[in-house]
Amino acid sequence: MGKVNHANNVKNSGSFAAGVRDYSEEGRHYYSPGYTPREEEVLAAFRITPQPGVSREEAAAAVAAESSSGTWTTVWSDLLTDQARYAGRTYRIESVPGNEDQFIAYIAYPLDLFEEGSMANLMSSIVGNVFGFKAVRALRLEDIRIPGILLKTFQGPPHGIQVERDRLNKYGRPLLGATMKPKLGLSAKNYGRVVYEALRGGLDLTKDDENITSQPFMRWYDRFSFVMEGVKKAEAETGERKGHYLNVTAGDMEEMYRRAELAKKLESPIIMVDYLTVGFTAFTSLSKWCRENGMLLHIHRAMHAVMDRQPNHGIHWRVLAKWCRVVGGDHVHNGTVVGKLEGDRASTIGINDLLREDSIKADKSRGIYFDQDWHAMPGMFPVASGGIHVWHIPELLHIFGDDVILQFGGGTLGHPWGSAAGATANRVALEASVLARNEGRDLLAEGSEILKEAARFSPELKKALETWQDIRFDFDTVDKLEPVQ
Amino acid sequence: MRTETFSYLPQLTTEQIKKQVAYILKNGWIPGIEFSREIDPYNSFWSYWKLPFFNAERVDEVMQELDACREANPDAYIRLTGYDNIRQGQVLSFVAYRP
Repeated sequence: MGKVNHANNVKNSGSFAAGVRDYSEEGRHYYSPGYTPREEEVLAAFRITPQPGVSREEAAAAVAAESSSGTWTTVWSDLLTDQARYAGRTYRIESVPGNEDQFIAYIAYPLDLFEEGSMANLMSSIVGNVFGFKAVRALRLEDIRIPGILLKTFQGPPHGIQVERDRLNKYGRPLLGATMKPKLGLSAKNYGRVVYEALRGGLDLTKDDENITSQPFMRWYDRFSFVMEGVKKAEAETGERKGHYLNVTAGDMEEMYRRAELAKKLESPIIMVDYLTVGFTAFTSLSKWCRENGMLLHIHRAMHAVMDRQPNHGIHWRVLAKWCRVVGGDHVHNGTVVGKLEGDRASTIGINDLLREDSIKADKSRGIYFDQDWHAMPGMFPVASGGIHVWHIPELLHIFGDDVILQFGGGTLGHPWGSAAGATANRVALEASVLARNEGRDLLAEGSEILKEAARFSPELKKALETWQDIRFDFDTVDKLEPVQ
Repeated sequence: MRTETFSYLPQLTTEQIKKQVAYILKNGWIPGIEFSREIDPYNSFWSYWKLPFFNAERVDEVMQELDACREANPDAYIRLTGYDNIRQGQVLSFVAYRP
């Protein structure tokens, strides 16, 4: 068996002494200040709020121990193994500016702790039992660095941004979508009608909402059939490729496959799943199915706020988003920066980069704790959705660039003349903004002027601009980035 | 029919097309010209007008090729494309002329 030379390799020696030892005790490895992480180790940055009376070193070591090889008391069988080889190590502790109760612990986990290609295993270790651990009052995983050697055991996005553009024949602009409303309660035929109207008006993609699966008022087979009739008809009328994210989220994996197979048979280019509620293992299986079957995969993140909204406890969205790319979706919802949903601006833009780019540098001003190289794993489209409307388009284009899906649900279906007109208004506004940007105009300074100029030839846009004139969502963000030291 | 980027705007003027060509060149992308007599959403491969213009430096060179393609194919849709050979894909495409 190959031996690994660890920096703090202290041999187990002597006889077994039962009892409780400090996690941070020298020789237990869990607190190893100054340790230099190895390239193949998984790195995690935790925000720790220790219980009163527990030192930072002990709390940090406890987190490292409980998320790797340690437990609350010493056990004789510890002596049967090389603990240095399997210990997570807190190698750095950082203060949080303006908050004495918390600190950031950087932990390195040896590669041997993880099974290849299993997100469930990675999560059970790093965000498993440790989150209920008594020595910490609260614990939050802020960021994680997945080393290339482990990353390459995962599939990643079934297709990725550039392949999706080729498959859908959409270049040089964000894609335009909308979630169909009302979320629940339409019959399959009425629902197909809503899809058709939005697509014929100029949208590229429409979407099932996260909680539409196969309820009594609209069973999945009927929905899929009428929706695809609408998609095909809109394609024939416009000469453009279109799609609708058919939600295959279901109660068991066999049923999800059954629905995915029908989507394929009906020539849908894309399906969707709620990746957190179905669980990472089901998500992984579906992602692999999508790669094998040439199907794009849209990811909805329902339930994410349960885990990511509290600033002191849980898992930051940037981690859930990275895991989404590792396992593999082609789109995932991210914040809008300007709409009704949560998301600090700098943090949201940082996460866009983590989803789309090949190599991202650590940048605390954007909440990114580690460099992350994706080693040619394709990028995903971030989806900006929720409370955005036509007036936001120039700013959204400025913030996100081309590789984004802009989804205007209420902003499409809420148009006074119906959803085809709403779709046209958004498409005109988007294309006018792209044209202007390419011509060198400043989208932030001239955004409303660009829209008003376009409204001169588009009555649909003119009406939309009048309708959503004064809607703003100026609530303060709950989860803010802190100032960088 | 509406197809591709800018198809919801009024027909672009020559001046506007020139600005898009300038945008392609400014980004270091490779301009290309393709034409087709029909719009079929599932036809990925329109006919190339010559090869992509790997060495194009000036807007005028590309505009001359656009004009030549149009003269030779007055009954065709003609699109202007931009290739990014770093990203290995197309990054812009729009129908510049319709018959």
